[in-house]
Amino acid sequence: MTTVYVPRDATALALGAEKVARAIAQQAAERGLDIDIVRNGSRGMFWLEPLVEVAVEGVRQAYGPVSSEDVPGLFEARFFEGGAHPKHLGPTEAIPYLQSQQRLTFARVGVIDALDLEDFRAHEGWAGLEQALRMSPADIVRCVTESGLRGRGGAAFPTGIKWQTVLDQSAAQKYVTCNADEGDSGTFADRMLMEGDPFTLIEGMLIAGLAVGATRGYIYLRVEYPHARRVLEQAIARAYEAGYLGRDVRGSGRQFELEVRVGAGAYICGEETSMLESLEGKRGEIRVRPPLPAVKGLFGKPTVVNNVISLASVPIILARGAEFYRNYGSGKSRGTIPLQLAGNIKRGGLIERAFGLTVRELLYDYGGGSATGRPIRAVQIGGPLGAYLPESQFDTPLEYETLAGIGALLGHGGVVAFDDTIDMAGMVRYAFEFCAKESCGKCTPCRIGSVRGMEIMDRVLANADREHNLQLVEQLCDTMLHGSLCGLGGMVPFPVQSALKHFPEDFRTR
Amino acid sequence: MHSDAAPQPFLDGEQKELVLAALSQYQGQPGPLLQILHAVQDRLGYIPPAALPLIADALNLSRADVFGVVTFYHHFRSAPVGRHIIRVCQAEACRAMHSERLTAHAQARLGVELHGTTPDGSFTLEPVYCLGNCACAPSMLVDEELHARVTPEAFDALIDRLKASP
Repeated sequence: MTTVYVPRDATALALGAEKVARAIAQQAAERGLDIDIVRNGSRGMFWLEPLVEVAVEGVRQAYGPVSSEDVPGLFEARFFEGGAHPKHLGPTEAIPYLQSQQRLTFARVGVIDALDLEDFRAHEGWAGLEQALRMSPADIVRCVTESGLRGRGGAAFPTGIKWQTVLDQSAAQKYVTCNADEGDSGTFADRMLMEGDPFTLIEGMLIAGLAVGATRGYIYLRVEYPHARRVLEQAIARAYEAGYLGRDVRGSGRQFELEVRVGAGAYICGEETSMLESLEGKRGEIRVRPPLPAVKGLFGKPTVVNNVISLASVPIILARGAEFYRNYGSGKSRGTIPLQLAGNIKRGGLIERAFGLTVRELLYDYGGGSATGRPIRAVQIGGPLGAYLPESQFDTPLEYETLAGIGALLGHGGVVAFDDTIDMAGMVRYAFEFCAKESCGKCTPCRIGSVRGMEIMDRVLANADREHNLQLVEQLCDTMLHGSLCGLGGMVPFPVQSALKHFPEDFRTR
Repeated sequence: MHSDAAPQPFLDGEQKELVLAALSQYQGQPGPLLQILHAVQDRLGYIPPAALPLIADALNLSRADVFGVVTFYHHFRSAPVGRHIIRVCQAEACRAMHSERLTAHAQARLGVELHGTTPDGSFTLEPVYCLGNCACAPSMLVDEELHARVTPEAFDALIDRLKASP
């Protein structure tokens, strides 16, 4: 029997993977060939999707991008034996884009059948959990702290310290919540992981539960991810059936219950306290801190709030040890970071490597330049609240401290490229507009400031009293930066001020 | 509410049954309001304003509490929608591939503004902020089907296909 892999990742499906899978099944049936089609996640090389793979003598051979019209020709070329074909890319692991990566968190994504527990186990799945079950809570927390893992959602707070705070609380009920409200434009790492290796996230949450003494977990998933929802719900059901979730986790006597809760299209719910309000069934208005969620979180109980990638990085840290993980990266940016390359780019996708890659290496060595073939003029890093970088800053390494040093931030690791047709004044207006739409309304600088910013930018764009209005934008940024309660209003100044500083020509009279 | 028409003051029998079923399924869970609203909207396409007192009563909340939650979230709607919901991404990665042109094309082709529904009730056009498909922009979600690298021609072909199928 031959195994053929066709991704079930949402982007692969958007590019026709379902049709390809059906065409392969049909051709195999017509030709009387014994072919098993496995639905894996994506390898994260999206310009090659749908990427079909076939296992030949233990080596995965890649063909892509494959359309359903290509399928009869692939069978003629005996692709199921690794036959020559214009779409043949050679062994998947030898494609330079993938070969040069260091995949720890994404080690299984695109490799295994996303919903097959046996496949998961055969690829080091549950090794971290088994280790954790033999450790004391304090030792698990110490291991995560020593690994140097920092929150991959955007805030980059040390994960181990957060867990220690929850462990230190005495409460009858504690919670582990996973923030899967991946709303930053240019990011898709959470989605890819949930669709391609959901058991890793479940394993990470189980370990967090053991570490802090929490018996219940919630995954707060954005409603814009219907594919991820289906995969997660099936994965959770299978984990329950196999005894990894429930009253007695693998006979350990420890309990962990897990469910998915779906958001309702509010960007602010990616902010941790707003997410907790939403999980409680309320308006997603942020909470004033203190108290921290680690002390008083979901339903008023001590709660771990971690991003998908943070939690999914925990199993390999437990399985291989803190030392193994912290040996990747440098300075205070330890381990690997799954970067997401998007926007106007020829070869967009997911690149997981030790911290340290520069923007330029990412854009050109991996990305191959812009999709339109025009010069890349700007990149925005870290989502809608991240700074815009001009070409002169492209040699900056993608690390927490180096980016902070130039007034930028890494956020969730999304990098969006723009060519020279982009109008930065329009993007600044959009930044205010987005904030106005998504503000929860709790604090005045964000609620009113964003609307005023939009109005002022409309005047700038209409050439009305330009100098004065641009000064007003600067003053408004100062108020929002210092006066907002959370990162939404407080970080809009990042895209706004960086655009004004680095692209002043776009703000002159037109 | 996007409609100028006065909301229907009463739920019909089927609607009421559905709301009660959603309540009995989720009422016992902690913080169940969003799940109940999702269940109602998934089945009816929107949340009838007349359902709010029923939900508020069952959860021991005020009507204002429930109304506040419904109106806080972009996803929840208080008026009926078209048979197909087309969500065109407006966020930065799609803008880098000029999604504003796709949005303008969609509005012209369907003859509606964002949040509008075509007079024949076939399509509702909505903005969305990121679908996680940012490496293959511009992106669009049609009901629960994701579309990548959407050109105006691809948009028209899709609309024609949806119109042809019941």
